[in-house]
Amino acid sequence: MIQAIAFYLFAAVVVISAALTISSRNPVHSVMWLILAFFNGAGLMVLVGAEFIAMLLVIVYVGAVAVLFLFVVMMLDIEVAEVRAGVARYFGFGLLIAAALFAEIVFYAYGAVGTGSLQLAQRVAPINNAVPNINAIGQLLYTRYIFIFEAAGLVLLVAMIGAIVLTHRERGGTRYQNISRQNARRPEDATRNTQPTVGQGVQL
Amino acid sequence: MNMAADFAMVLPEEILSAAAILLMLVAAWGGQQVTRLVSIVSVFVLFGAGIALLGPASYGGSAFSGLFRADAFAAFCKVLIYGASAVAIIMAPDFFGRTSGDDLRPEYPILILLSAIGSGMMVSAGDLLTLYVGLELQSLSAYVLASFMRRDSRSGEAGLKYFVLGALASGILLYGISLVYGFSGSTLFADIAQAYAGGRSPGLLFGLVFIFAGIAFKLAAVPFHMWTPDVYEGAPTPVTAFFASAQKVSAMAMGIRVAVEAMGPALADWRQIVIFASMASIILGAVGAIGQQNIKRLLAYSSINNVGFTLVGLAAGTAQGVSAVLFYLTIYVVMTLGSFLVVLQMRDADGQQLETMASLSGLSRTRPGLALAMAMFMFSLAGIPPLLGFNAKLAVFDAAVQAGLFPLAVIGFAASVIGAYYYLRVVKVMYFDEPAHSFAPGDRVEGGLIALSAAFVSPLGWLLLAPLGAWTLTAAQSLF
Repeated sequence: MIQAIAFYLFAAVVVISAALTISSRNPVHSVMWLILAFFNGAGLMVLVGAEFIAMLLVIVYVGAVAVLFLFVVMMLDIEVAEVRAGVARYFGFGLLIAAALFAEIVFYAYGAVGTGSLQLAQRVAPINNAVPNINAIGQLLYTRYIFIFEAAGLVLLVAMIGAIVLTHRERGGTRYQNISRQNARRPEDATRNTQPTVGQGVQL
Repeated sequence: MNMAADFAMVLPEEILSAAAILLMLVAAWGGQQVTRLVSIVSVFVLFGAGIALLGPASYGGSAFSGLFRADAFAAFCKVLIYGASAVAIIMAPDFFGRTSGDDLRPEYPILILLSAIGSGMMVSAGDLLTLYVGLELQSLSAYVLASFMRRDSRSGEAGLKYFVLGALASGILLYGISLVYGFSGSTLFADIAQAYAGGRSPGLLFGLVFIFAGIAFKLAAVPFHMWTPDVYEGAPTPVTAFFASAQKVSAMAMGIRVAVEAMGPALADWRQIVIFASMASIILGAVGAIGQQNIKRLLAYSSINNVGFTLVGLAAGTAQGVSAVLFYLTIYVVMTLGSFLVVLQMRDADGQQLETMASLSGLSRTRPGLALAMAMFMFSLAGIPPLLGFNAKLAVFDAAVQAGLFPLAVIGFAASVIGAYYYLRVVKVMYFDEPAHSFAPGDRVEGGLIALSAAFVSPLGWLLLAPLGAWTLTAAQSLF
């Protein structure tokens, strides 16, 4: 009972905040709504027993991705009115596609559940409740899926190379801080102790 | 499960990965000066990986509990991929040397190597996860390569367009994968095939449709082709050649693997999709090319058209059909690389790259050898005997007719006549128009490669037909 209440609460908040993400006028507010959606998504994950994924959702998506979004949104000078104009122009077309997708989901949910080929309570790939999520994922990741794990590392390497190739350029005339030179500089190299007599001043 | 045996089967991938990482270090410390060294080493590494295919990589069977398949089919496709990647690296220095300010950097060959690893994973995937990670590795390198010329706005546009649409396609593919996983309980091809054999459920059917839509996007088959002309036009020419050859092979091989190994029992379902994509690609590729003035756009439409013909072979769904697809792809890769090498020779006396059709005019008088080679590639792409492109088309149509798809073969045949029009227009411009430009003399290595490709598509290539036919059949039979 309490589970059902929690599910409907989280699910409703996810849907509402997702709708507000795309409909709020201020991009910063959109990001905030997105963060709320992520948090409630994490709640849903906890409900189905995927606590590790819930944590990932909070740490990675809220902690890193959404904050990054926030930075980008604040740095970009977005003309809300111009974006709105685009929405108005493609509203009909978007609505058509949304309706088609919705009809497909209904049709397919009806087809799958209604004809009994999909048993919602039964899982095709059963999970072992005795092992915590994180153990199970770790065991699979470093044994059975080691090949894919390594390949995913290569994907990240490509992302890094790509970012550097596309954005890095040598700038001429930039002065860099040379820390070892700064540290090696002694007071006697830079300062001079003089004893000027009265009325004479200092010769530089 | 023996770990050492598993690692022996992925030896080509290991060689390529180790080389890519080591060369990256060389590039990081050596800077711009080591570009030439890195390029040369990369080409040799690709050859080394090709030689490594002689080992367990071509007959080992399944590695990593079914995630990776090392069979003759994968080995055949990898030979094509590694070869095309090597040519893309060889083509590059000459091209980038002539752009205004966009130098070739050592990252170029390294990204090609990484892309080749991804392509290799795609063609030997035994699991949807391997397939997806391989696809992402290949695509991510491709996005960077497409916008490699940072000073050129068209190159940047190509990269961005490819990235956004590619991400959409990956999303569609992943959605399909998640549906198939949810309804079959596994991502292993063998288990998925069992689920499809066990009876149809709407979830599996929807998954199939989404997965094929994702594959069609990667293949640039109609109706998911719209990115192709812009990306091919904007990307640097050697990169375009790479997209049109190595990437096509990997996407097609991935499609074949999914269709035959994972969804073989659902032949009747995916055949409709493949037949539609095939007919639409053949017709749109042929009609769309007619008005093009830019030679790279023309070749982009030509690639769409050719994807349509290869899909005819896949629609047959038999070992003969798959063997015809591999046969077609081999010849197509040679013709395409040859055509792009000729496009690379198109530059005026100042060394500026030319891309319009008009600049080819009168080539037969200024550079008769080059014009002859280009004419042969064009005739071959149009499928005119006795050039090898004819045999390729014959093989796929034959497979389709054997499988009872007579109407498809007839439509394909009719559309190839429309396609012949624009290929012949290139020949007409070269041979019958007044000379417009005199091209600067070309590079010797590239000249050699053009001559080699032209010899391959010429009647001399008939000598290779018997061994090639036998090899493609062995490769195809390893899937069934």
